[in-house]
Amino acid sequence: MSLETKPWSVAGRSFSSRLFVGTGKFSSPLAMKEALAACGTELVTVALRRADLSGQDDPSADILNFIDAEKYLIIPNTSGAMNAEEAVRLARLGVAAGLPKWVKLEIHPDPRYLLPDPIETLKATEILVKEGFTVLPYINADPVLAKRLEDSGAATVMPLAAPIGSNRGLETRGQLEIIIEQARIPVVIDAGLGTPSHAAAAMELGADAVLVNTAIAIASDPSRMARAFARAVEAGRAAHEMGLPAARREASATSPLTGFLDAEGGRA
Amino acid sequence: MSFVERFNQLPEERSPLLRRFEGLLDAGVDLESLAGEAASLTRQHFGRTMRLFAPLYVSNECVNICKYCGFSRDNPILRVTLGVDQVEMEARHLVAEGFRNILLVAGEHPKFVSESYLEDCIRRIRPLVPSISLEVGPMETVEYEPLVRAGAEGLVVYQETYDRQAYAELHTAGPKRNFDWRLECPERAYAAGFRRIGIGALFGLADWRQEARALAAHAEYLLKSCWKASLTISFPRLRPAAGEFEPRVVLTDAELTRLICAFRVCFPQVGLVLSTREPAKLRDGLIPLGVTLMSAGSHTEPGGYTGAGREQLHRTEKGKMIPLIASEGEYATEQFAISDQRSAGEIVARLQGMGFDPVWKDWDSALGGVPIRG
Repeated sequence: MSLETKPWSVAGRSFSSRLFVGTGKFSSPLAMKEALAACGTELVTVALRRADLSGQDDPSADILNFIDAEKYLIIPNTSGAMNAEEAVRLARLGVAAGLPKWVKLEIHPDPRYLLPDPIETLKATEILVKEGFTVLPYINADPVLAKRLEDSGAATVMPLAAPIGSNRGLETRGQLEIIIEQARIPVVIDAGLGTPSHAAAAMELGADAVLVNTAIAIASDPSRMARAFARAVEAGRAAHEMGLPAARREASATSPLTGFLDAEGGRA
Repeated sequence: MSFVERFNQLPEERSPLLRRFEGLLDAGVDLESLAGEAASLTRQHFGRTMRLFAPLYVSNECVNICKYCGFSRDNPILRVTLGVDQVEMEARHLVAEGFRNILLVAGEHPKFVSESYLEDCIRRIRPLVPSISLEVGPMETVEYEPLVRAGAEGLVVYQETYDRQAYAELHTAGPKRNFDWRLECPERAYAAGFRRIGIGALFGLADWRQEARALAAHAEYLLKSCWKASLTISFPRLRPAAGEFEPRVVLTDAELTRLICAFRVCFPQVGLVLSTREPAKLRDGLIPLGVTLMSAGSHTEPGGYTGAGREQLHRTEKGKMIPLIASEGEYATEQFAISDQRSAGEIVARLQGMGFDPVWKDWDSALGGVPIRG
């Protein structure tokens, strides 16, 4: 039973699913394939460093053979790149290997927390946009950087909720709210969403979509967890579209305290 | 400040992380619950995957005397340095097996294993192999730089033992005697642009808890000072080798398991390596607990995969090659005897059976090749 949320679009391409799924960390390519099918995602990210870029159909790097390019938009990511130069090089190789001219820009010089480098990310975005790429940069939850990327022609921004794989949820909530408030391009909350409730909360906040990988890949039943995330995303989005009641510190009386004003002939 | 200064402050000045680490090595800490925490952290950070690599020994010549090592210069073993064509032949064999991550290994011998020789080897196999690492005698930063530009992205150097006295007793001749120079090697490698740095201690030479503490301190230091490098840690235990060295101390299977779990818990994102030195059953047991990088079907002698270099076998005395008489043997002597004899295919099948995706390629030659200083 779908809640029928509004379709959305990135760079003129329309999607009904608002769940991006990453393809790392699965126990097998088959488990990954089944999870993608189970959750109805339309957007799948793949690490270029794990794929075969030689054009020789390398059996030791066959991850792309398990993702139906008719069914999903495959968005290559540049994970492993330490600077703009490497990310640009990888993105170009992806296109040369027949992948879509889309790129999820991931430039993280720090291999431990995989936090994105804002300076190199902006630089790479400027170069790749000029070359005609649809660029989806992974960033820290920095509202000014988000605007700078938007001005540079990024198709979305993908701010993190918490470090990749941390499952810690919306640690950056306050900054994410500002990013969403100010954005004229879709905001996709990426990284750190460990539970369906995190994803629902991200959507209620007004994110256009979320990206989930670790929490699905390492679940005891990845397909089932993928479905759980898909429903949470729908629920959160539907609630956002309807408008959520504002949270209050105190209980509000069912009989308003200023009800007498109506009786006296209208409010001021 | 290099790690030498930090190392010299141990054990008096320990960080909270090191204190925690030491606490976990205490036999009083329940191993089962430690293993549970380690397994959960490994799954969270690395998923259900296992990276695979193979060592490719290019030379077993060595100028050092290391009492525990089969390649020690005073061991009358059969030696060879593979020609670049032979290195390519060995690499092609490993690529056909599925490997995309190769560790080039050599003894330390400036005459046979020069920087330009290594550079030639790297350039030759780079079109075949997306990820190339080196385990060779320590060098200066400027000597490493051409190797990085040629396409090597990882460097592995074990301190062997962090116990200065044991180190002096066991390394009696050759440049390897210089403890501090070796200790600073990972920093020089990082400055040259290596993206993956591997460290380790050879367990069996000195008290294992002290070795582990120093290794943890080294890891902690490198994570801060070489923050752009991916760090891996290895825990090799001494294996039988030419020279018949007997381990001075024994690290039991249970202690090795504890050690690996303690590293995982204190360093959740760091790669932990387990080679074919360890027996199959133990390796299988350790897979879910913390190990993230495994070798498979390894040979520890040059030419071991294809027989390459057989015609050039010789002994080496005082830097001179002594030809063999035909009856002396057909293969170069291995560095040590491996224990897990399973082929790469068998290990892959086992990993898949355990619910792990074997990852052959997780690096692309489009990455790297540019020094990362500054």
